[in-house]
Amino acid sequence: MNATGFGTREILASLALLVLFLAAWEWGPALIGIPTFIVPPASMVWEEALFMLSAEGLVYHSVITAVTVLIGFVLGSLLGMLIGYLLGVSPTAEVVLSPYVLALQIAPKVAFAPLFVLWFGYTIYPKVLVAVLIVFFPVMVNVLTAVRTVDPDLVNLARSFSAKRWHIFTKIEFRAAMPPLFSGLRIGATLAVIGVVVGELVGGNTGLGFLLALGEGSGNTAMVFVTIIMLTVIGILAYVSVILLERRVLHYLHVDRG
Amino acid sequence: MAEHAARIDYRAVTKRFTRKGRRQRGAAEEIVAVTDVNFAVGNGEVVALIGPSGCGKSTLLNMGSGLYQPSAGEVYVDGERVDSPNSHVAFMLQKDLLLPWRSIRANVEFGLEIRGWPRKDRRDRALDLLDKCHLSHFAEHYPHQLSGGMRQRAALARTLAVDPSVLLMDEPFSALDAQTKMILQQDLAETVSGQGKTAVLITHDLIESIALSDRILVMSQRPGRIIREIPVDLPDRENPMARRQHRRVGEYVAELMALLDVGGHVADEVI
Ligand SMILES: Nc1ncnc2c1ncn2[C@@H]1O[C@H](COP(=O)(O)OP(=O)(O)OP(=O)(O)O)[C@@H](O)[C@H]1O
Ligand SMILES: [Mg+2]
Repeated sequence: MNATGFGTREILASLALLVLFLAAWEWGPALIGIPTFIVPPASMVWEEALFMLSAEGLVYHSVITAVTVLIGFVLGSLLGMLIGYLLGVSPTAEVVLSPYVLALQIAPKVAFAPLFVLWFGYTIYPKVLVAVLIVFFPVMVNVLTAVRTVDPDLVNLARSFSAKRWHIFTKIEFRAAMPPLFSGLRIGATLAVIGVVVGELVGGNTGLGFLLALGEGSGNTAMVFVTIIMLTVIGILAYVSVILLERRVLHYLHVDRG
Repeated sequence: MAEHAARIDYRAVTKRFTRKGRRQRGAAEEIVAVTDVNFAVGNGEVVALIGPSGCGKSTLLNMGSGLYQPSAGEVYVDGERVDSPNSHVAFMLQKDLLLPWRSIRANVEFGLEIRGWPRKDRRDRALDLLDKCHLSHFAEHYPHQLSGGMRQRAALARTLAVDPSVLLMDEPFSALDAQTKMILQQDLAETVSGQGKTAVLITHDLIESIALSDRILVMSQRPGRIIREIPVDLPDRENPMARRQHRRVGEYVAELMALLDVGGHVADEVI
């Protein structure tokens, strides 16, 4: 896909940059007089991470968050696809529903988190729901637009072979919407993490969001740093999984330049 | 098929489109795309349709394939009135319309698949056609891996796969470079002659119309009518490369140019 190959030089440059960054993090703040409770040096964060692994159940909370992200992401994507395709093939439904969809899209989804906690208590449901809601929109909008913009000549080609409406959907519209669907899923994968963390911050005693709140409450900056890093790792995993799946499904778009 | 029976027959066909008027509600603007078009194409005949841009050539083709209904008049294919897409006709456009997610073979199978052919049969037929179109090495390639000419050839294979009695072609080669175009014209002419196919070919390329057809129908500007029918009285219809070089081609070109001028002031655009 991209022309920027990873040669040895590029890898070395990247590694050098990492070392530079870690060094700046370790000694930089002290040099300009920033206290460690504002920016704890890298070594302190590392020690905190080891401590959290043994005493605070870092793995346990990370797994909880990761699984919730996965559930929220899958459900949100499926719902987004379902509604996106439905609205895509039914212009009437789209006209009727679009004002409400737009309103929901503009509403800040994370603001629903307290509401869901009120409704469902300190369970997994509020955070899954926030993630579902937040993932739903980019997926739905991308699928809807893609179905709408399918080349009418392609549809006519199928019709000229006496295709039924169902054929046009399964053989053309469904497949044609795949590339935009995956752009939506990429966005959704990162948003899902946000949704879950907000859900956990608002209420609950499990997950990385809970550790964030705990770190904040006890003034443990290093703990907050560790949690942010873990959340980033989960986000990256989610994103990379989508990319890998995309490579398989959209293999026909990848031009092999030999 | 009786000798005189037409494969495709346009009888007093008129097509009007209503475009919703801008701003003023209810004030729909009516466009007459073609009016009172009569022509028939006999078995194994190739007819070229030329005329200024917007004169309704594509509209005629769409009525032949059953995608549009005439506002007045009828189109018959193999003696049956066309009121919806049917298995007698297949069309091919300037765009190859290959589905990017399907291999070339699966693309050629597309029409057969919709028509419910069993997997094995359609596969055999697709491979057979790809072989005839010199594409067998590319059966499992994807469209993006092929050149424009090869893609258009695959589109031709897909059109032929459903074994239509009439091929409707709307500027099929106009997006190709000059050499590729000649090669594909040659392939098409050989295939059409070899299989005795009937075809209607829309083109803006006057030489192409002369090189490939038995008859040229010239249309006026919108509302499109057929203003002249020119039989191409040249040998080698199955060999356009040879026909192109015939000394009388120039006469036909001159005649067409004159006619298109009469049809409007668009000869420059058309040529
Ligand atoms: N679906 C449609 N709705 C409204 N108007 C249409 C429609 N299809 C065609 N027209 C109009 O009918 C006229 C004839 O169009 P058509 O595409 O048949 O012309 P054409 O001869 O194929 O032109 P070109 O040589 O540029 O391809 C044009 O004015 C066009 O705007
Ligand atoms: Mg046209």
